Amino acid sequence: MNDQVRIQLENVSYSYEDAPAPALSRASAVIREGEFVAVLGHNGSGKSTLAKLLNALYLPSEGKVVVCGYDTAREEFTWEIRRRAGMIFQNPDNQIVATVVKEDVAFGLENLGVPTDEMIPRVESALAAVHMSGYADSAPHMLSGGQKQRVAVAGILAMEPSVLIADEATAMLDPSGRQEVLSTVQALNRRKGITVVWITHFMEEAALADRILVVSDGVITADGTPREIFEDVEGMRNLHLDVPRMTSLAADLRKEGMPLRPGILTVEDLVKEVERLCPLKSGI
Amino acid sequence: MLSNMTMGQYYPVDSPIHRLDPRTKLLLTIALIVAVFLVKTLAGYLLILGFIYLAARLARIPFRMLLKGLKPLRLIVLFTFVLNLFFTAGEQVLLEIWVIRMTREGLRQAVFYSLRLVFLVLGTSLLTLTTSPVALSDAIELLLSPLKRIHFPAHELAMMMTIALRFIPTLLDETDKIMKAQMARGADFESGNLISRARAMVPLLVPLFVSAFRRAGDLAMAMESRCYHGGEGRTRFRVLKFTRADLAAAGAMLLLLALVVLERIYL
Repeated sequence: MNDQVRIQLENVSYSYEDAPAPALSRASAVIREGEFVAVLGHNGSGKSTLAKLLNALYLPSEGKVVVCGYDTAREEFTWEIRRRAGMIFQNPDNQIVATVVKEDVAFGLENLGVPTDEMIPRVESALAAVHMSGYADSAPHMLSGGQKQRVAVAGILAMEPSVLIADEATAMLDPSGRQEVLSTVQALNRRKGITVVWITHFMEEAALADRILVVSDGVITADGTPREIFEDVEGMRNLHLDVPRMTSLAADLRKEGMPLRPGILTVEDLVKEVERLCPLKSGI
Repeated sequence: MLSNMTMGQYYPVDSPIHRLDPRTKLLLTIALIVAVFLVKTLAGYLLILGFIYLAARLARIPFRMLLKGLKPLRLIVLFTFVLNLFFTAGEQVLLEIWVIRMTREGLRQAVFYSLRLVFLVLGTSLLTLTTSPVALSDAIELLLSPLKRIHFPAHELAMMMTIALRFIPTLLDETDKIMKAQMARGADFESGNLISRARAMVPLLVPLFVSAFRRAGDLAMAMESRCYHGGEGRTRFRVLKFTRADLAAAGAMLLLLALVVLERIYL
């Protein structure tokens, strides 16, 4: 994996006007190329503010945000940053501009001034990458929520970004739509090496990331792999965040005296651990 | 149920008229309106009727679809007819009952003025039936773009039209949802007189407006994050191209205008 830094937060604080406390305070983190980083936090924790800081939609009140080598505070870099760090939002309806799918995918390219002949193949390949080629001529309001979000992803993808920021992109979708969007983005991360910042409050989604940043009350309280993060069951509960059910079950079993090893996230993990402790006798 | 409503009047079939550049169609419609105001004899009116009929046939639009556009205007047409019929001064009295006087000139003017209105509606319906709203907003943007030099917001205008069109089905869906939610809690949108029905709409309109504003805020942010910064330096995905058919259509319109001018001079 390449070690190039994609996103760097240095002591970043951000306060909304008239807000008594900052939405984000003294946040520092480094995200490298090709990483799939989940930002986990409950409502109002500051995770959405963090997302908007990464796209120069908000500028830090204090500290510095550097995206793909550009300081977001420098106005002349704003468009360059937004091209390189594309963002998809929570509400699938409120981010589609055009009345036809392929035209919406082309919207960003039109804004960048890409010549028309170049636009067409880029739109086609972006739609193919999210498996929406068959809907190129559809009207957006005829699509399901998951499909709309995939169109939004294609719109970002056409701009050939190096970072994709998803600000609770699955929060308004049904479970199958959520799965669709997540697996599309995961595939882009693996195949194209696009760095992903996945903001969510679903810990099942966060568990699939390479790394998790936990945000609580505007502070990044933990930063580590899912196994490390979820091992602290008590700590997560104190932050009003759930841990995967199996992790929590393992913690309870451990409390009852079962010497399970740490790092259990899935049913398979737990089954393996239990089998290790009490090997099945043949013939049962 | 509300979302089944078709957008605008667009009648999607494939025809030579549908394939014309929307800019051509817009300009030709304006030319047709000029022609309608130029003619003054029966022959001229027949000429224009013939032209509209031919265009509708070429566009493969059933005549009743065209006539549907007249429906909302039938009162105005009737009003124009009656007003002109009885209030036009003239020599040859055809009918006189008490204070009501009908003259030959009045009859002539009533018929022609009403026809003029009808032709206006038919002509513009032909445009909206054969041109999708998006193509139309493209045409408006491109035709008005020379005015950008005097700071006329041609691009912004077209962008607003496109966004409005994009959000019509979304907002209709939402209206439907809010209506059902209110009905589930006992709201009644159907009974009562006009005033009480209008009052029943308030709990519908308030949440709809609030949500529309929220959507607008979200959309603005999404557009900005996709590098939208106005029309400057922007390229277009949809390219409009004039073809030979546009030339032919313009030729046909010029012929009509020439005939109309001749009619005005010689008849």
